[in-house]
Amino acid sequence: MTNDLTTILYLLSGVLFILAIRGLSSPDTARTGNYLGISGMAIAFIVTIVNLDQNNLINWLLIISGISIGGLIGTYLSKRVAMTDMPQMVAALNSMGGMSAVLVAWAAFLSPGSFGLLINGFINTSSIIQMLLGILVGAITFSGSVIAFLKLQGLMTGSPIILPFRHIINILIFITILGLSTSMILDETGSHTFLFLLVTILSLLLGLLLIIPIGGADMPVVISMLNSYSGFAAAIIGFTLGNMALVITGALVGSSGAILSYIMCAAMNRSFFSVIMGGFGDEATSTQSNENKPVKIGSSDDAAFILKNASSVIIIPGYGMAVARAQNALKEMSDKLKAMGIKVSFAIHPVAGRMPGHMNVLLAEADVPYEEIFELSEINSSFPQADVAFVIGANDVTNPAAKNDTQSPIYGMPILEVENAKTVLFVKRSLGIGYAGIDNELFYRDNTMMLLADAKKMVEDISISL
Amino acid sequence: MDISPIVFYGSIFVLAIFVGYYVVWSVTPALHTPLMSVTNAISAVIIVGAIIAIGTESSGSLSMVSKLVSFFALIFASINIFGGFLVTQRMLAMYKKKGKKDD
Repeated sequence: MTNDLTTILYLLSGVLFILAIRGLSSPDTARTGNYLGISGMAIAFIVTIVNLDQNNLINWLLIISGISIGGLIGTYLSKRVAMTDMPQMVAALNSMGGMSAVLVAWAAFLSPGSFGLLINGFINTSSIIQMLLGILVGAITFSGSVIAFLKLQGLMTGSPIILPFRHIINILIFITILGLSTSMILDETGSHTFLFLLVTILSLLLGLLLIIPIGGADMPVVISMLNSYSGFAAAIIGFTLGNMALVITGALVGSSGAILSYIMCAAMNRSFFSVIMGGFGDEATSTQSNENKPVKIGSSDDAAFILKNASSVIIIPGYGMAVARAQNALKEMSDKLKAMGIKVSFAIHPVAGRMPGHMNVLLAEADVPYEEIFELSEINSSFPQADVAFVIGANDVTNPAAKNDTQSPIYGMPILEVENAKTVLFVKRSLGIGYAGIDNELFYRDNTMMLLADAKKMVEDISISL
Repeated sequence: MDISPIVFYGSIFVLAIFVGYYVVWSVTPALHTPLMSVTNAISAVIIVGAIIAIGTESSGSLSMVSKLVSFFALIFASINIFGGFLVTQRMLAMYKKKGKKDD
């Protein structure tokens, strides 16, 4: 195949990837989009295979077995993962993306001739710079995503782990990486395998240190950010390999992740910088204690009675619903309410859950109609007309302190204004604080009834009492 | 006209960032999770790098190590491709089911 034709076909697969993302603008076109994405991948794969030296059987065996092993693992994971565990899945996939970038950069470094990177027997300087950058970004993506995965999976504490002098340590590591890289770039003729390895290890360490101080509630930003890094790592490698599909895709994925990070930060009224510096939700626990204030605690029967007499109910799901896997029970309850002629809608805060769109996927799994689900800006004006706001496993995103308390760490964050509803039913496992470590004054309001139980159990009990 | 590859690919990269910016803003928030899984899948097009490294004969002393490294890259990228596209498909199928019921 000529170089021109190869490049045109890689461009075609890049275009198909753009269309795959474009398809996600509506659930109706999304599946077609996914098929276009798969076709794009197939084209890139076939073009690469056709251009290979066709004679070596061992190479073919390696390629086929590698893809079979990866394909089987990937297929198995995708079939088995529960929808509630989707944030972990995305973190795991991100880490694979980062690792592939690191490994491909290494492959190119060890065997530059295969990629035509040699000038007078040595790797040309701009390729070295790209490989180093690819290693840096890829390795940070890998180790950062592994930490995010461990936190989301509960294998590691979700609260921030704060090391002393962490900013100074990170800066020192970064400067060391820069120094090593510069010495490699300046000395064009040396063999730098050891330095290259050192840069890889330090970058891995940096990724780890960057993510451990970031708490569970900030995971939507972290996951989006790592998603974006994995894209940029791919794009950088695309420069080294001179591959059109990789450059286009990397840019797409990079900007996608960056936009999602921005949306998540805006939804928390926090700067991207303050999120990645970490430590949020650690120091705020000392705000004045509300332990002695009276709280109205209700049973499932009380809740069922209130719901039965309502004419309009808004349900606000949060991470607690995902943890309790209560989405199907919730759908059943909302069906019962609808059968009684009660209007039911769902309100989703952008940062509810652990990743962008987490709640939407869970509600879709439970078969909640798309038209019943509303975003923050669409539904906030409806709360004053609602009889019941049913908060299930969401806390910080409903906390009025974000509007009234200038001292609060979440002050200024746009919230779902559930306190404007006639009655607030608040399903929560205990009276503990939310992930941001802030007490919620909503608990102590006259029109709030706390339903303290496992979310799934409580919703099932309410359904029975209805 | 002779332009260096870095400028050529750099131009493509910059334009693709802009395309990405507008396309991603058009994605409905309800589909942000599938967006993340599908971007994971497509960024694994880096698999082409692994295939080239395995499939091209080269004589360097470290070329065997390079092949081994690429073999692992191939596995990771394949996990990403299969896992990413299939899990996206699984999620999108749930949105579809509902559409039918509403008709």
